[in-house]
Amino acid sequence: MQTFDLAAQGLRALNSTLHGLKGQTNQTSWEIINPKGAHAIAVGLDAPVDVTVRGSTGYYCAGMNKQATVRVKGSAGPGVAENMMSGTVIIDGDASQYAGATGRGGLLVIKGNASSRCGISMKGIDIVVHGNIGHMSAFMAQSGNMVVLGDAGEALGDSLYEARLFVRGSVKSLGADCIEKEMRPEHLALLADLLKRGEADHLAKPEEFKRYGSARKLYTFNIDNASSY
Amino acid sequence: MCGIVGLFLKDPKLEPQLGAMLTDMLITMTDRGPDSAGIAIYGRPEKGKAKLTVQSSAPEADFATLAEDLGRAIAAKVTGHAKDTHMVLELPEDRLEAARHAMRDLRPKAKVMSAGEGIEIYKEVGLPKDVAARFEVSRMSGTHGIGHTRMATESAVTTMGAHPFSTGADQCLVHNGSLSNHNSVRRVLKQAGMTFETENDTEVAAAFISHKLQEGAKLGEAMEATLTDLDGFFTFVVGTKNGFGVVRDPIACKPAVMAETDQYVAFGSEYRAMVNLPGIESARVWEPEPATVYFWER
Repeated sequence: MQTFDLAAQGLRALNSTLHGLKGQTNQTSWEIINPKGAHAIAVGLDAPVDVTVRGSTGYYCAGMNKQATVRVKGSAGPGVAENMMSGTVIIDGDASQYAGATGRGGLLVIKGNASSRCGISMKGIDIVVHGNIGHMSAFMAQSGNMVVLGDAGEALGDSLYEARLFVRGSVKSLGADCIEKEMRPEHLALLADLLKRGEADHLAKPEEFKRYGSARKLYTFNIDNASSY
Repeated sequence: MCGIVGLFLKDPKLEPQLGAMLTDMLITMTDRGPDSAGIAIYGRPEKGKAKLTVQSSAPEADFATLAEDLGRAIAAKVTGHAKDTHMVLELPEDRLEAARHAMRDLRPKAKVMSAGEGIEIYKEVGLPKDVAARFEVSRMSGTHGIGHTRMATESAVTTMGAHPFSTGADQCLVHNGSLSNHNSVRRVLKQAGMTFETENDTEVAAAFISHKLQEGAKLGEAMEATLTDLDGFFTFVVGTKNGFGVVRDPIACKPAVMAETDQYVAFGSEYRAMVNLPGIESARVWEPEPATVYFWER
């Protein structure tokens, strides 16, 4: 285990050290102490390493992550795991707005609540939230899966493309073109896998969720709507 | 951008450190607002006494005999403490309005920053660490306070364009965001008798709340009304004699974090601002909900 004291050594040194880990490395396990809400911690990693942040982080923690597993033993500020490509990001506490925004792959797990715009414009990432999510979550979400064990705020999945949304609790309102859909066996199997990988299989069962998806009326050209385009 | 910090103390033992804690929080928010900074500190009110905080760009000339001149004008005992470009004048509470009026004739170029039983406001153009040092904020004690670091968008970088804005006795407001209907709201408030010092959008929000309070609304009701009548982006923190309140617009893109322990309630635009507060590791930390009014009063 390598320990990096962010307060003493600084952010630039941290990220350049982590960026230096390419391909196979023997330094596979890292611990970051004294994060003190700093911005851009462990951004742009591209190696199969395990990074644990002991405390809460500021803006954009673990953004653009590839391959790495980043764990935050606290809460995360805005834009955590933004545009993640692959790997895993696990937040023990809450996440602020636009968690997992535009993510293209990998898994983001938030064990507390996520606030507004969680998964906005997601493009393939899987997001598992143990608590609630705020308003305008999964706005224009294109692909990937979002699993919410708690409740969803206003305008869930507004202008949704082909992302799948699973919510166990209540949904305050659905956004434009987002509808509840039938839960088929393949969805239950998908959910079981996501709950397991999201460290939530002891908290909820697939049958307890409802599935939401796109009605496909907004993004599919329809001659009857020509005047609206 | 802009940065906001706030601290409401529950534990009187922390009161001597209020200024020091707020200064640390304010400086941490420098990169959210490096062009000006301001702070409102509420001390424990003394019965029958009030404070008028004034600012002058020519403090040596304006402050030299100000306390004596003001005392003569309002026929009361006035003492003054000058700090850089600001002076706090202490006087009998029942002469506060008279003193405010007298200031216009005595020192027409000086500006009233705040008036009330507990409030003192200090604000200037410059880096937060320099502004805090000029006014020795870290040595001040008090029950609660609000600070702001400004990155100007809606009006010029001037002393009067810095936050907090005070538009009523012991009231103040700081803002992160921008309002789009401030001109029309200002017109309505002017017709209702409110006066304005600047073209700034935030001053309109402060006057809007002061006007509601004048009409008899409670603090929570006045803050609730901002959600229907003010259009734009905002996280507001409002200070009153007894406490402070927080409200965010329904879109809530302007950040806000709160922390509460047995000793205090703290507000920061970012968690970073609160990392040196005592017991923050075990505090309840949360993000205030959109379109929801929070306030703490003693």
